[in-house]
Amino acid sequence: MLDRLAERLPQIVVAPSFLLILVFVYGFIIWTGYVSFTKSKMLPVYKLDGLRQYTRLFSMDRWDVAYSNLFVFASLFIIVAIIIGCLLAVLLDQHIRAEGALRTIYLYPMAISFIVTGTAWKWMLNPSLGLEAYFQSLGWESFSFNWIVDKDMSIYVVVIAAVWQASGFVMALFLSALRSVDQEIIKAAYLDGASNTRIYMGIILPSMRPVFLSAFVILSHLAIKSFDLVVALTGGGPGYASTLPANFMYEMTFRRNQIGIGAASAMMMLATVAAIMIPYLYSELRGKKNG
Amino acid sequence: MKSVLLSSAAALFALASTANAQPTAEVLHYWTSGGEAKAVQALKKDFEAKGGKWIDAPVAGGGGDAQAAVLRARVLSGDPPAAVQIKGVNIRDWAEAGALADLSAVANKYHWDDILPKQLQDIVKYEGHYVAVPVNVHRVDWIWANPKVLAKVDAKVPTTWEEFNQVAEKLKAAGIIPLAHGGQPWQDGTVFETVVLGIGGPDFYKKAFVDLDPEALNSDTMVKVFDEMRKIRGYVDPDFPGRDWNLATAMVMRGEAAMQIMGDWAKGEFLAAGKVPGKDFICASTPSDKGYILNSDSFAMFKVKGDDLVQGQQLLASLILGEKFQETFNLLKGSVPARMGMDQSKFDSCAVKSMNDMKETAKNGSLVGSMAHEIVQSGAVRGAILDVVTEHFNSDMSSKEAAKKLAENVALAQ
Repeated sequence: MLDRLAERLPQIVVAPSFLLILVFVYGFIIWTGYVSFTKSKMLPVYKLDGLRQYTRLFSMDRWDVAYSNLFVFASLFIIVAIIIGCLLAVLLDQHIRAEGALRTIYLYPMAISFIVTGTAWKWMLNPSLGLEAYFQSLGWESFSFNWIVDKDMSIYVVVIAAVWQASGFVMALFLSALRSVDQEIIKAAYLDGASNTRIYMGIILPSMRPVFLSAFVILSHLAIKSFDLVVALTGGGPGYASTLPANFMYEMTFRRNQIGIGAASAMMMLATVAAIMIPYLYSELRGKKNG
Repeated sequence: MKSVLLSSAAALFALASTANAQPTAEVLHYWTSGGEAKAVQALKKDFEAKGGKWIDAPVAGGGGDAQAAVLRARVLSGDPPAAVQIKGVNIRDWAEAGALADLSAVANKYHWDDILPKQLQDIVKYEGHYVAVPVNVHRVDWIWANPKVLAKVDAKVPTTWEEFNQVAEKLKAAGIIPLAHGGQPWQDGTVFETVVLGIGGPDFYKKAFVDLDPEALNSDTMVKVFDEMRKIRGYVDPDFPGRDWNLATAMVMRGEAAMQIMGDWAKGEFLAAGKVPGKDFICASTPSDKGYILNSDSFAMFKVKGDDLVQGQQLLASLILGEKFQETFNLLKGSVPARMGMDQSKFDSCAVKSMNDMKETAKNGSLVGSMAHEIVQSGAVRGAILDVVTEHFNSDMSSKEAAKKLAENVALAQ
């Protein structure tokens, strides 16, 4: 009897959270998918209405802007944060003094919420309060950095603030991976006369492939669910130039009583994530089994 | 001794009436700070003095969005609060969903038809009977001006949009920001609707924003409106995107900017800073042919079951439109009473002007509901209009294209 219980124990322990996830994640994904095919406005209705919400969605300029912003933001954010994080990790790996303090300083932004990051950068980048005003008051009259009030550049401001926040975290990921690389191989490479650069490019970085994967997965979900940073930093503006799909979804569902369009945009976000993540995860995980 | 006896008798009486059915009302609102919170407390006191039991259900977070989510959940689960702070066409949406109570009995008893302007009645009535109670009226089409700054260029508050442009050019030449403005879609929309009223007139305003007539939306008049918006864009400072409205008001107070176009909640900022109307700041209506854009908060009454709840709801409704509450509340909030013909002695000169103008415009039909503040259009259509307005304001889109897009976007949102 007890043996049987012990055998089943792992399943029993996992069952409640499994059930909760089944209902509250996958159940509501299905619900949202269903609602996106209905006429739902202020209250959800369950009579099917075909693809109308999707045609409405794709004829909205606002959605175009938000959706293309997602690609600009996500790709720049992920690439720049990985490059900067990786560089910082390599530099910190040179056994320098006060490494612990420096590491804490770089990691610290991750401990701050996006709302705080957004508000702080909003003030710093405001042309009449922050950097621009400061440099001009120092005598550099022609200095100009007004991206935050420029319709075409404001999305890059969001990238800057997000990279500032996340690159320290990426650095910590890479640093721990650098430390766990087998020192014997590195020593052997030294003996063979390989240069430092060669060792990093040829041995260490390739061996950190799994860390690139986890950094990519973590950063991309940060990018796709980004919402609060935009709200605090630009308010989606000027106009709606820097909105992301999550902001669009919120605006439609909760402010404009257009639950149908909101659900359709949420499904598009899900489809986008799936389209990028599934092939990548598939190739990575399969590669591991074969290797 | 006598008073002790009396009060204990009163307490006993109160207890007895509790045993019967104490009028009870749960009130869902988002007036949680400053003058608004005090104003709600005033209503609560009145209500309790009349023997009612007040269940306070404030939604923190200061906006209608959070409240809408709570309300939706409560209605779907079949347990709506008695009174909810909802305004404009959202009232009609809930009435269409069959969720609102019929207040005809209270309305007839207190002659609401005689004390409310016709245009406001249309908002709080559904199929001929009252379903909501208006609390106040905010006027949207105001210019708040700093007289000292205007005096620097020998100008007065403009009374036509042409004059507005001339004054603004003069101010600009003198190195003063003509218009303090915050680049948030609702603020762009606020300026836009005053320009629509000014250039198109009340009838055009109604055709465009109430009837959503595609021909009016994509008309030559609308092109002219967008032309004026393009000019106004030149009169704001370069750092305007994202600025909150009260910071823009502060610019006028400090004399950095000459004017602001904003509803009369801006008055609260001036008064809080100790400024005197008429001397430190001027309130004037934006240029229009005697129009008035109205924004009104109200409580919608949801269908509740049980004698105590129904009684509580009716008591609350009668109190809200009572003279006493209308006066205390609106003095605290800076708006004007929704009911007409009240004593004006306690109100400041801007409020008195607003009350008189409302009465006059209600009579000649030039009183219109605000689009930007969700009185005549609900979130979906309003959002669609604001998308175009803010996109035009923040880009170099041509006026013709903006008018065309306006008609398209509105059709799409319906």
